[in-house]
Amino acid sequence: MATTTLSKPALQPKGHAETVTNRRAKTPLSRVLATVVVSVLAVAWLVPFAWATVTALKSETDAASTPISWIPASGFTLDAFAKVLQSGNIPTWTLNSLFTSAAITAITLVISASVAYAISRIDFRGKRMLMGVIVASIIIPPPVLIIPLFQQMQSLNLIDTYWALILPQVIHSPMVFVLKKFFDQIPRELEEAALMDGAGRLRIFTTIVLPLSRPILAAVAIFVFIGAWNNFLWPFIATNESSLLTLPVGLQTIKSAYGIQYAQNMASALLAALPLIVVFLFFQRQIIRGVATTGLAGT
Amino acid sequence: MSTARTTAPAAKSAPAAKPAPVAKSLRSRRDDIHGWAFSAPFLAFFLMFLVWPMISGAVMSLTGKSLTGANSGFIGLANYSEAFADSDMWRSLGNTLYFTLISTVPLVVIALALAALVNMGLPAQWLWRLSFFSPFLLASTVVSLFFAWMYNPELGLFNDMLANLGIPPVAWLNDPAVAMWAVVIATVWWTVGFNFLLYLAALQNIPQQHYEAASLDGAGGWRQFFSISLPQLGPTTVMIVILQILASLKVFDQIYQMTEGGPGGATRSIVQYIFEAGFTGYRLGYSAAISYIFFGLILVIALAQVFITRKRSA
Repeated sequence: MATTTLSKPALQPKGHAETVTNRRAKTPLSRVLATVVVSVLAVAWLVPFAWATVTALKSETDAASTPISWIPASGFTLDAFAKVLQSGNIPTWTLNSLFTSAAITAITLVISASVAYAISRIDFRGKRMLMGVIVASIIIPPPVLIIPLFQQMQSLNLIDTYWALILPQVIHSPMVFVLKKFFDQIPRELEEAALMDGAGRLRIFTTIVLPLSRPILAAVAIFVFIGAWNNFLWPFIATNESSLLTLPVGLQTIKSAYGIQYAQNMASALLAALPLIVVFLFFQRQIIRGVATTGLAGT
Repeated sequence: MSTARTTAPAAKSAPAAKPAPVAKSLRSRRDDIHGWAFSAPFLAFFLMFLVWPMISGAVMSLTGKSLTGANSGFIGLANYSEAFADSDMWRSLGNTLYFTLISTVPLVVIALALAALVNMGLPAQWLWRLSFFSPFLLASTVVSLFFAWMYNPELGLFNDMLANLGIPPVAWLNDPAVAMWAVVIATVWWTVGFNFLLYLAALQNIPQQHYEAASLDGAGGWRQFFSISLPQLGPTTVMIVILQILASLKVFDQIYQMTEGGPGGATRSIVQYIFEAGFTGYRLGYSAAISYIFFGLILVIALAQVFITRKRSA
């Protein structure tokens, strides 16, 4: 019960979707027109996916022949996918991406939630300054840090390790802010009762506050995971060793290695796109809600 | 006399308050410990991987440090004065601002238009969200592969479509005048869905009574959009524009992957210049200095935005 009432204010936008739009009285003609326009645009938006899929299902000869055609002369084939899966490192890279993104998400959640809880609930000296510093740090663009971070990772001997991929990616100041705002809404009485009973701060945090915050934690996790999964610049710098690359970086090396093998290029791209697209199809609602909640806090 | 008077109330309340200060100081000391203990893990990462690199980068920018290990030591502001005289630095800064300008406008306007259309009570809401938002989940490399292939001069879909319309082929990524626009088209396809979602959420938060009252007064769809939706979306728009500008200024991935900054440096962004100065030119010190110039630019823009939004809301 408490969860639903608490999650409402922060997560309201999406839940309302259907009711609000249906209630809105519009003349049928304009709605029909809007549907047509949006459908045309949606089809246009799907063209890059469709063209990549068709290309990936062609033989290399068909992919490179003119005039270009949606239906290959020698029929569709899974050759390109088979070749890419046999020769390439795509499965390894997928696991690397999965592992590093999961680790980044887990560490980010733990450290951000606990500092956000401290700032929201505990009266400690220097807390305003701490919050000020964290908020101010939002303005630092990550590319500014690549040169000194590389130097730092080199001197720690961490280049070409999972550590180099994970450690510098767990500071998400905007998410601390998002979490703090959510914790602020949780009624203090819930904790005070437990405090009276002699429960420690850590117990209160893990058994009362965190369970009540599941929706916002999920939203933050989704946002951080997508960002980590797709991050390019830092992993590109921090790793060279082919077996350690993440999917986006590995794909970049494929592009230069395969050169003009168009069908295989598209097959690789689609295989790389697949995991998140599948996840999205299953958790569409949660992902969209998560992005809408955390999105404005900063990217 | 005056001292006596001011101390009197304090003295009077002292007995009652006596147990309190002890408890309070005990409690607050415990709160200090708890507070910092809960903050410690984040703070450790924050200091190690944000504050320290910011400091060491600043120090590095004052040295002739190189990736090969050679270090000509402290050279003062020489890197900065070199950068300010470096026409390639200015050009990539110019490219970055150009990209920011021509990408931010469509990324905000198209997102708003899409959201407004979808919000007109269309059926199959999930389908539209799926179509427009799903590209956002792709890695930049996937997007670059898709679009580089469609921009292919002979085998690409774009030139094929142009040919069907009787338009001569375009060199897309190989034409200095077109390449940045080609990158922007790919970027819009990739990320507009994010702003679209934010706008859609904001539109659905506008109280329905506003529209009901307006239609009773005889206001049509366009009228309602411009006199109700748009003003109500004001704060959202300000936030989206700010975030979009800051995101666009950081552009690197898709440009590097599609054009490597070419042709002839026509699309090289400032982040790519930082990257190349450090990792192809091996000049870490110089690269750090350009990083700080870039940071300065971001700071100025961010402060300008804070100033403008403050003024507006005041």
